[in-house]
Amino acid sequence: MPDLGLEVLFKGKNMLRLLGGLWAALEISLISVLLSIPLGILLGIIMVRKELVLRVITRTYFEFIRIMPQLVLLFIVFFDSTKLFGINLSGELSSVIVFTLWGTAEMGDLVRGAITSIPKHQYESSLALGLNNAQTYFYVIIPQTVRRLLPLSVNLITRMIKTTSLVLLIGVVEVTKVAQQIIEANRTSSPNAAFGVYLTVFMMYFLTCWPLSILASRLEKKWG
Amino acid sequence: MNIEYMLKYLPLYEKAAVLTVTIGAEGILIAAAVGLLCAVVQYNRVPVLRQIAAVYIELSRNTPLLIQLFFIYYGLPKIGISTNPSVCGAVGLGFLGGSYMAEAIRSGLESIEPIQSESALSLGLKPYQVMRYIILPQAVSISMPAFMANIIFLLKETSVFSAISLMDLMFTAKDLIGLYYKTTESLFLLVIFYLIILLPVSLLGRLVERRLRYAGFGS
Repeated sequence: MPDLGLEVLFKGKNMLRLLGGLWAALEISLISVLLSIPLGILLGIIMVRKELVLRVITRTYFEFIRIMPQLVLLFIVFFDSTKLFGINLSGELSSVIVFTLWGTAEMGDLVRGAITSIPKHQYESSLALGLNNAQTYFYVIIPQTVRRLLPLSVNLITRMIKTTSLVLLIGVVEVTKVAQQIIEANRTSSPNAAFGVYLTVFMMYFLTCWPLSILASRLEKKWG
Repeated sequence: MNIEYMLKYLPLYEKAAVLTVTIGAEGILIAAAVGLLCAVVQYNRVPVLRQIAAVYIELSRNTPLLIQLFFIYYGLPKIGISTNPSVCGAVGLGFLGGSYMAEAIRSGLESIEPIQSESALSLGLKPYQVMRYIILPQAVSISMPAFMANIIFLLKETSVFSAISLMDLMFTAKDLIGLYYKTTESLFLLVIFYLIILLPVSLLGRLVERRLRYAGFGS
């Protein structure tokens, strides 16, 4: 059996360090998710409104964020904020800003899709049954929207967690950076560490995202 | 902004854009082939292969491309499988995209009514002919919008190629920022070039979606 370089993980506190790195990455995604969900709901509600100016502004924002690779957005915020505005953003803060901007756009689109997918007769029937406007939304529209939205939002959360791996490239110390440090430090004692350590990071991301994916597909089956 | 500087380094970006698109296209082709294979295997419930496809899809969907690339580029050589950066980029993109393409095609396959294959079989077509001439053409056209969305997604994902030292657009921009500190100009060019690559694909995707709504098989 070839040397897979797995023994490095059991040396000293290496495994704990990797888990700490994973937490650093998850923390960034968690904060961004918590900010994106309310902002995204707000954006979605604005996007279904008819006012032309609002629509043009939200659409432009949405399309630009959506079409640019997230890494480009990270570079713009991280490198250009210093040059243009003279403020020095840390890597962590830039990541939270970018992922919140991006998550808001994606969440906004999901909310917009969910709201427009409710057929018109749902509104009309509830009005015909004598519900007033607030009651229509509270008892009829919002419950249905949430059911359509929930599995999609869980999927968005897994996407945001996966995208967090990019913050390595603007110098944030997270799980992949820790992996690189461990591999470098053990270069002579275990030259094959790259295999075992990157495999571990791979499995760590998998074990974080997989349960969420299962949850999303369960919800989709239940309410779909 | 310094126009002169931007014009001077335009050719560098052009070269990088060609590289991004080439490797992106290779990766997308691999992804489409892998996806088609997985979808057909799962649809026909081929034993063993079906389980392998399911494991592959879960692994590829739930991990980031950057980590997949690191594993292929730095990890695999340790057990004797070496690749150069561009092969690694295309293979990595194919590995990631395969599962997304498989899901897109599978949802297309599942939307075909059983009556289609039953009628084809009763007309005397062989099972592979049913797949080739009846099911796949309909399924592929139904899954076209999802397919286009995946292409855009995969082209965007190519931005992490710089991490395995491929001289793509991100790499060029970062290099120029490091060399000349012309941050705004370099990033502006970067955005423009990504727009040149991604906008046409995005518009095409919308066109395909609209045409499909007219086609509407069986409705």
